[in-house]
Amino acid sequence: MAIARARIKSVGAAQSPLLGAAMFTPAVLYILLLVAGPFSLAFLYAFSDARIGNTEMHYVGLENFRSILKSPSFRMAIRNSFIFTICSQIVVIVGANILAIALEKTFRGRGFIRFLILLPWVAPIALGAIGWKWILDSIYSVISWVLVALHFYKPFNAPMWLGEPHLAIASVLLVHSWRLMPFSTVLLLAGRTAIPKDIPEAAAVDGAGFWRTQFQIIIPMMRPILSVAVLFGLIFTFTDMTVVYILTAGGPFDSTQTLPSLAFAMGIQGSDLAAGAAISLFLVPLLIIIAYFMLRVAHRAEVN
Amino acid sequence: MWGKVVHVLVITVFTVLLAFPFYWMVITSFKQNVDLYTMENNPFVFNAKPTLDHLKFLFTETRFVRWLANTTFVGIVVVAITLVLAVPAAYSLARLSGRWGERLGIAIFLTYLVPQTLLFIPLSRVVAYLGLQDSLWALILVYPSFTVPFSIWLLMGFFKSIPKELEDAAMVDGLTRFGAFAKMVIPISTSGILTVVIFTFTLVTQEFVYALTFISSESNQMIGTGIPIFLVRGDVYYWGALMAACLIASLPIAFLYNLFLDRFIAGFTVGAVK
Amino acid sequence: MAVVETRSLTKVFKEGELGAVNSVNLETREGEFLVFLGPSGSGKTTLLRMIAGLETPTSGEILIGGRVVNDLSPRDRRIAMVFQSYALYPHLSVYKNIAFPLKAQKVKKDLHKQKVEWAASLLGIGALLDRKPRELSGGERQRVALARAIVREPAVFLLDEPLSNLDAKLRASAREELERFHRRVGTTTIYVTHDQVEAMAMGDRVLVLNKGVVHQLGTPTEVYDNPADTFVATFLGSPPMNLAELSDVIVGFRPEHFRPVSSVNGEAVAFRFKVENIEYLGSEWIVSGTPASGKLGGQKVFSRLNSAQDLSLGGTYDFAVPQCELKFFDRSTEKRVEPKVVSWQ
Ligand SMILES: Nc1ncnc2c1ncn2[C@@H]1O[C@H](COP(=O)(O)OP(=O)(O)O)[C@@H](O)[C@H]1O
Ligand SMILES: [Mg+2]
Repeated sequence: MAIARARIKSVGAAQSPLLGAAMFTPAVLYILLLVAGPFSLAFLYAFSDARIGNTEMHYVGLENFRSILKSPSFRMAIRNSFIFTICSQIVVIVGANILAIALEKTFRGRGFIRFLILLPWVAPIALGAIGWKWILDSIYSVISWVLVALHFYKPFNAPMWLGEPHLAIASVLLVHSWRLMPFSTVLLLAGRTAIPKDIPEAAAVDGAGFWRTQFQIIIPMMRPILSVAVLFGLIFTFTDMTVVYILTAGGPFDSTQTLPSLAFAMGIQGSDLAAGAAISLFLVPLLIIIAYFMLRVAHRAEVN
Repeated sequence: MWGKVVHVLVITVFTVLLAFPFYWMVITSFKQNVDLYTMENNPFVFNAKPTLDHLKFLFTETRFVRWLANTTFVGIVVVAITLVLAVPAAYSLARLSGRWGERLGIAIFLTYLVPQTLLFIPLSRVVAYLGLQDSLWALILVYPSFTVPFSIWLLMGFFKSIPKELEDAAMVDGLTRFGAFAKMVIPISTSGILTVVIFTFTLVTQEFVYALTFISSESNQMIGTGIPIFLVRGDVYYWGALMAACLIASLPIAFLYNLFLDRFIAGFTVGAVK
Repeated sequence: MAVVETRSLTKVFKEGELGAVNSVNLETREGEFLVFLGPSGSGKTTLLRMIAGLETPTSGEILIGGRVVNDLSPRDRRIAMVFQSYALYPHLSVYKNIAFPLKAQKVKKDLHKQKVEWAASLLGIGALLDRKPRELSGGERQRVALARAIVREPAVFLLDEPLSNLDAKLRASAREELERFHRRVGTTTIYVTHDQVEAMAMGDRVLVLNKGVVHQLGTPTEVYDNPADTFVATFLGSPPMNLAELSDVIVGFRPEHFRPVSSVNGEAVAFRFKVENIEYLGSEWIVSGTPASGKLGGQKVFSRLNSAQDLSLGGTYDFAVPQCELKFFDRSTEKRVEPKVVSWQ
């Protein structure tokens, strides 16, 4: 038996590099071709004059970046991207922590409640956004109807949720938070459930009340999972164009434009691939920072 | 006592806020137009008899069914490609390459973080170059680039939880390494593989940017793009039909996703929860 | 310092099922080291957690220092608890772990350092204060948990199998250390274990539990020498007390009292004993076999001897038990009864 094992081991060791490589190479190649490839192309285009319908292109240096940086739409897009991302993260983390605490207890109907709460994350976001577009409709908005019924506004005088810049920004923010809240909640819930029950009990015996236990013991212990939730949240919001595209298409007057939606508007709708590519490259620095922190979390998890 | 009241209150408020749009889809889907578009009506209740007109309209006057079929077709093919690429890769990274495999696994996971909105511009040209504009095959080609990385990551965790002794025993009993993988590991991993199937399928239905960029004709749309773009004629919104379409497309996916939620979460936690 | 008392304390987890703790009455003495001893699942932890306030009793009362504390939260009961897993806060340094109860109890900040250092030096972990729990060995973790418990000077200590995570060697020294620690601080302590050696060695008194019911509360010698019923008689001692059913009573005797006739003085009951197995344990021998005849005929009986060198496997010998070492139990209630005259034939 011992001999048989030893022989198998040596055989395995001898073939495993080859077999192993054969097993993961196709996947790695596919990903390289379709992620790393276009990623490099994006850089190439950003320094060129590529346009849709024109197969030729030339090196133009920093020209695209120069004209982008001059454009007010671009500055608006950068600003909005950060506003949407940061504000929605704040809303989401506060809300998700509260909701996760509430969901930690078992109660009747918890499974169904979880299903309802998850809907915004699970349903295709394009469709959820359409739902909101109807809720925020300029004439038939149910929110407006309630406000009118409560006499905050006169009939036909209710705010245009998606038609006024500030309200439109608030609306996009709302939908982003709505969409991400379930995701963060279930992550945090998983983090909470993983904490051994005797830790909060020890804290209770040591004299800590609810808030102290939460803020000084539980939430600090959940730091890795909180970071993961925030990092994913940042990426999902920062790189999303679906919500803006469907709710406002960047309007009114570019007031809700974000980097991805502007890249789409210029690069695809405006046929200026080079400009679009250059705009989307502004996503990269934040992505690198997030990847760095994600690696750190994964590395820590691996070490412990 | 107070704790209980607060608990119920928190759950209720959040559930209402989060689920409201879907409730709204339900109620809108079954309301007559006169009811929907009369501003004096209380929108929370049926002021006129409920109707199936919107559903009828959706299934007979629009390409909704076609979009469902397109999405299912793309979903199935992408699932197949994903499995073929991700299962062996995940296994070899989990087993054969040791620590180095862990690193590579994380690197592949990171590519999942590269967003569609960064790649759609160059890819649009690649797709044009391959002559795949306005073809579902463009989506079938490109979607695995984000379904494979996450699936590898999910499956790696799964394979690592299968004791190595099992394969050792199988090899001692006469199977090759690959035989042990195919005849022992795969059958044990059906639930992990099912997880990947569901997850891939939901990613395909949720995708928007590539479908919007590569597909132009009405009959080639996926549900995610067809509903918001082609159910609107000019500036006219068929809200009843729109909401019905959203609901029909969302609920099955939501249901499936819920069944496997814990496994997806385990994938998303990057090992931060043990 | 305080006395813990429970009155008809009961915990039923699922309605209709047997309670995990059933109508337990107990009273500690001031400064006593009381051990809850019982097999796994006997309700020790549940009983302790009710005293701590981590579990709500189904019925009954808990008193600490003469005051009913049923409605007080754990933090208001002036107790400290050491958990089986130690439940150290993994993200806090040893210093902050020990200081946590002080912070939580709003002890003045300038006293923290002094108190933490006092507790740490008491347990000899002064050098570890900057470490994180994961950088500690099992024994060190246990001491940190104790320091965290002692620092707030509680009225009662509750410990739930605190040694079960240590390896055998460490466990012996940690046990000794705990005893020394208790002698020094003199705080009323309730200690849960399923290990009878621990219970006998450490307890001033031992409370024997089974299926949530108290079988006996007494000093280690009382529970060992005068078990209240057959459960206590067989749960304590290794090998357990030999039991024999004789007409309307059960008679028991400890293996150490069942020895060759030559070494038994005074009035005794004698058997012909066929030796079937001999185990050498270093300082003693465990001999088992069956009496050749009489009511015990065919039943396995243990003997514990200092030397078994003159016995051989398969041999038959004359053994005896002194009359005064026989314990009598009622056959239906299994409770201890007065000695009787019984027929062994
Ligand atoms: N939270 C709980 N829910 C249901 N049953 C429980 C719970 N905690 C303990 N029990 C049951 O109560 C009995 C006593 O458990 P416990 O007090 O942990 O025993 P011990 O500590 O003596 O091993 C066991 O049968 C156990 O299954
Ligand atoms: Mg226990």
